[in-house]
Amino acid sequence: MRSRTVVLSILFAALAIAVALVSLTVGTAKLPLADVVEVLLGGGRRGTRLVVLELRLPRVATGLLVGIAFAVSGALLQTLSRNPLASPDIVGVNSGASAGAVAVIVLAGTGGGNISGIAAKVGIPLAAVLGGLLATLIVGALSIQRGVVDAGKVVLIGVGIAAAANSLVAWLLVIGDVNDAGRAAAWLAGSLNSRAWSDAIPVLIAVVLLLPVAMMFNRDLSALVLGDDVASSLGVRVARIRMVLLVIATVLAAMATAGAGPIAFVALVAPQVALRLTRMERPPLLTTAMLGALFVVLADLLARNGLQWAQVGPYELPVGVLTAACGAPYLLHLIGRQQKGR
Amino acid sequence: MCSAAPTASRPVRRAAALLALVVVLVVAFAASLALGSRWLGPGALWHALTANTGSDPDVIVRSLRFPRTVVAVLIGLCLGIAGTLMQGHTRNALAEPGIFGVSSGAAFAVVLGLQLGLVESVASTVWFALLGALIATFAVQQLASRGTGSTPVGLALTGAAVAALLGALTSAIVLLDADTLDSYRFWAVGSVAGRGLDVAGQVLPFAVIGLLLAAINARDLDMLALGDDVAAGLGLSIRRARLLGLGAIGLLTAAGVAACGPIGFLGLLSGHVARRIFGARNTWLIPAAGVIGATALVLADLVGRLVGGAGEVQAGVVLGIIGAPMFVIVVRRRAVAL
Repeated sequence: MRSRTVVLSILFAALAIAVALVSLTVGTAKLPLADVVEVLLGGGRRGTRLVVLELRLPRVATGLLVGIAFAVSGALLQTLSRNPLASPDIVGVNSGASAGAVAVIVLAGTGGGNISGIAAKVGIPLAAVLGGLLATLIVGALSIQRGVVDAGKVVLIGVGIAAAANSLVAWLLVIGDVNDAGRAAAWLAGSLNSRAWSDAIPVLIAVVLLLPVAMMFNRDLSALVLGDDVASSLGVRVARIRMVLLVIATVLAAMATAGAGPIAFVALVAPQVALRLTRMERPPLLTTAMLGALFVVLADLLARNGLQWAQVGPYELPVGVLTAACGAPYLLHLIGRQQKGR
Repeated sequence: MCSAAPTASRPVRRAAALLALVVVLVVAFAASLALGSRWLGPGALWHALTANTGSDPDVIVRSLRFPRTVVAVLIGLCLGIAGTLMQGHTRNALAEPGIFGVSSGAAFAVVLGLQLGLVESVASTVWFALLGALIATFAVQQLASRGTGSTPVGLALTGAAVAALLGALTSAIVLLDADTLDSYRFWAVGSVAGRGLDVAGQVLPFAVIGLLLAAINARDLDMLALGDDVAAGLGLSIRRARLLGLGAIGLLTAAGVAACGPIGFLGLLSGHVARRIFGARNTWLIPAAGVIGATALVLADLVGRLVGGAGEVQAGVVLGIIGAPMFVIVVRRRAVAL
């Protein structure tokens, strides 16, 4: 069992890196793979270095990182709530984060001086994290009844809170300037278009700091799967660990949302696929993380080039459109399974 | 699905309650004409409605406030009834066009029409919205009733999944074209502002047919509430009843979405309030939900106008913010099975 998880983690990581390398070669100027590798190893010509390191790598790196962050967030929430449907997309975390970030884009946008510098670098991630935490807090507080969290209610209340946050977003789009609204709409679809290092670095910090912390709780998570009572009899401080992991999951999802928009269904799909492939009793964090990274970079590669390769025309789609197109049917499949298993 | 309240045990009381709701609607209508950035007294209001002399209050009432209030009443009626019909057919207190992806289906079809250059007038918008709403309604119900039949969580999530998928496709289209985005964002928020009587006129035929179908369907629904087997035993054609319901829901939602954009939570709110007052009898529930929906939309528009100051808050946003807590209350009240 254990070795299967390790092998799969390595496999997904290798695939993610391979797709990322391919991604670095395609674009307006097609580069040979050898040149890209040479640049990454520190060599190459100046022009090639510029294209790879400043234009393409930030996008690919952001993709890998938000994939990890969304996937781990989903794995944590699904394990904590013992419900495969409780991913941040569905329980309102992404919607709350979107409302926060769109508020900054629109309210600090062209109307009050172009959004730039500090407001863009710190403001959007900060607002996204605050919005995501607020949504989690509301959903969490409302789904506790007589001291018990009802897994079914968490999902439904999340759907309600997400709808409220979405109507707030629709209003922000209307009151904003058309250019800000356009940027916000592109961002809302979940896009890796023209990402810079300033987008990747906050997500990198979140992943580097929080993933190891989450991994430290691996044993507690396994105990929690058995139920709160069993876990506490095994010496797990359930309430405290639940709180810590919930905050970690929310911050990861919110930071990823700030970096690339609410890319749909990564947090839902990656843990579930990892769970089935590893045959564990809960989504293993590392495998899920690698799978999430692979999912996002692959979807981005296809979204960016699919329509050209299919000779439809020179259109690029935002990555979120493709993940939603794959993820929604998967969600429908999961719902069908849950209902049959009832 | 909900036990009859003791106060509504007799037809006379129900009729009185319905009459009271209509009175509230009339008061809300009058308030919507009188209040806004400029408050008008009863005298000025009467003058504006009876004699048009072209004074400022006359113009404000006749060309701005009266049309949007009429649209709000019509669309509120449609969406309130559509929601209640959905709740009856799915036997699910959470059923609602907004949450169940029906509005997203209509929105996607409209945006597709806009992009392909097929949508030029409100009338053609209605046809697209109708098609989208019908397909989405049908798809969600079919998908959610696989296996053991639809459950609240299953149906809500199926709706969410379909809405997410359609939303992604909608944004893919919208993002390719700045002009479509600009008209889309004003439409997507859900508002009655700036809707003239011509808009009401264009969606009116769809609304009327939808309301007629709903009226016919109300008695069928009472029988369906006993369970499909019992209803069939009583001589009801289940297939026909379901199709009628689907047609009514699609037409009413399409009329609403075409005129005002996707306005969420109205069906949920109306159906729930009506059920608390009138119990489970659909022949009373459906007209009552319509009146409540109309009142709610008129009031939401009014609140948005009063709160927003110079730039107003759209009715769709007001309803989203009032409706979500409402949804949460409904969820918390009942035991939810997956």
